[in-house]
Amino acid sequence: MLITIKYFGQIAEVTRREEESLEFSGSLISELIEQLYKKYTALKNKDFKVAQNQELVTLETVVSGNDIAILPPFAGG
Amino acid sequence: MADKKIKNVFRQGAISSEFIGDSIAKHQTKTSIGAHNIFLGQVRADVIDDKTVSAIEYTAYEDMANAKFHEIREAAFEKFELTCMHIYHSLGTVKAGEICLFVFVSSPRRKVVFKALEFIVEAIKADVPVFGKEIFEDESHQWKVNH
Repeated sequence: MLITIKYFGQIAEVTRREEESLEFSGSLISELIEQLYKKYTALKNKDFKVAQNQELVTLETVVSGNDIAILPPFAGG
Repeated sequence: MADKKIKNVFRQGAISSEFIGDSIAKHQTKTSIGAHNIFLGQVRADVIDDKTVSAIEYTAYEDMANAKFHEIREAAFEKFELTCMHIYHSLGTVKAGEICLFVFVSSPRRKVVFKALEFIVEAIKADVPVFGKEIFEDESHQWKVNH
């Protein structure tokens, strides 16, 4: 399926874009991350969380394709 | 009273003392309130490897962040007897010494507002996807992380 991913902060520095659409044939978030590691090797050294539908998800969550975002450490306040 | 509508918490740039003063003044008509408590987050000029932070540039996953602020707000109203509550967070550049977060809680009685304010500020720090780029005086940068 074609999914859209948003990148923020230092993650967007690595990917050099804030959003992209890519073809994903796996099912879990962990597989999506593996795919991103292949595309952006430097991502392996970064700390991040994944959100789907604006909620944080785990590696075992099934990718629905909606509103996926890669979030670096929070720094509000 | 709890408000079901999701508000936009973000303001462009620093939060001014005039804005904070006006917010306080607006509560003079709400005479059931006996205690306000205010948290102001200020950008610190940290020195890291001999370089001084001159500003923080804030970005956010705005939709998710506003949804999280809303959840925190609902949880605070659920947990504490609050009359009202306001949260404002900066986006964009905020210089060292300027205010980037303004949290304002009000209640009939004082004990509630101390606890409520800490609960809200800690939840904001932990749960809201806001990102901070610390800009040094030589224009290099590093990324802020909440602990």
